[in-house]
Amino acid sequence: MTLDGSWYLTLAAALFSIGAVGLLIRRNVLVMFMCVELMLNAVNLTFVTFARMLGDIGGQALVFFVLVVAAAEVVVGLGIIVAVTRKNSGATADDLTLLRG
Amino acid sequence: MTSALLLAAASKVDVAVFVVSAIAILAGALGVILSRNPVHSALMLVMTLFGVAVLFVAQEAHFLAAVQVIVYAGAIVVLFLFVIMLLGVDRLENLEVEPLKGQRPIAIFLGLAAMAQLVFLGGAQWASGAPAVAGAAEGEGGNVATLARVLFTRYLYAFELTSLLLVIAVVGAVLLSRRQTGPETQTGPETQTGPETQTGPETQTGPASDTDTGATTGVEGAPVP
Repeated sequence: MTLDGSWYLTLAAALFSIGAVGLLIRRNVLVMFMCVELMLNAVNLTFVTFARMLGDIGGQALVFFVLVVAAAEVVVGLGIIVAVTRKNSGATADDLTLLRG
Repeated sequence: MTSALLLAAASKVDVAVFVVSAIAILAGALGVILSRNPVHSALMLVMTLFGVAVLFVAQEAHFLAAVQVIVYAGAIVVLFLFVIMLLGVDRLENLEVEPLKGQRPIAIFLGLAAMAQLVFLGGAQWASGAPAVAGAAEGEGGNVATLARVLFTRYLYAFELTSLLLVIAVVGAVLLSRRQTGPETQTGPETQTGPETQTGPETQTGPASDTDTGATTGVEGAPVP
């Protein structure tokens, strides 16, 4: 029983799907953010798997950049969440109807 | 003979490591989306991130595994927990009610469809490409040196741009999370402190600047040396 790349890819697909479903069904903005992190991790796992399968370091370099962008995204996103929640406390994703026409 | 035995043992260990971390990853991911308390979600996220770090090690991405633990589990999850504590949103969410009719079955169906597509693509060995375009995965000095070499030569401009991105993120976070206590209470002190300190002399310099420049230099100080 050898452990080839498709195992990792299947696991990454499952992780990505769980994150996507969580992003669709949850109302809490923080938990939705965590689901985005799950999806990013699934993609990172895919990149590392392809880097190993193809013997290419570029996949790992790309994961490095994804990590940086994810950190920046989390910082700005949590800042937005703090600002919004201060304005109307206990806001879920359903309460943010500022852009409704 | 012995090498074949060693290979079989190593592959068994690899499979065991993969299975254990896969269980941790999937359980953590399900815990993130199913737990009612956001704090529990964040802790479950830590479990998933550690599992992914273990799989990075298993695929010989040692530097990324360390960065994954430091940045994700050490910084991002702590940031999540800080925001949870700061906002006091650690109350339970009722998951039984479904605010939008039929949202959950559709979401689960979409998730399963996406997973079926991804598994099909991943398992069908369509993942092809030219090997080692950006550089070989294994070079001298191990994974860290190889990754550093390609980051500081081929992807140097992208690497420098990430520093710009981080600066922008820091400025944005400070700007967004600055305490703004509503528009009416914020403009109140500003318009109060404005007339008290500034417009008092300014209304003096307004008429005075037409006739006498000495008064303006007394107030402003800058224009005349």
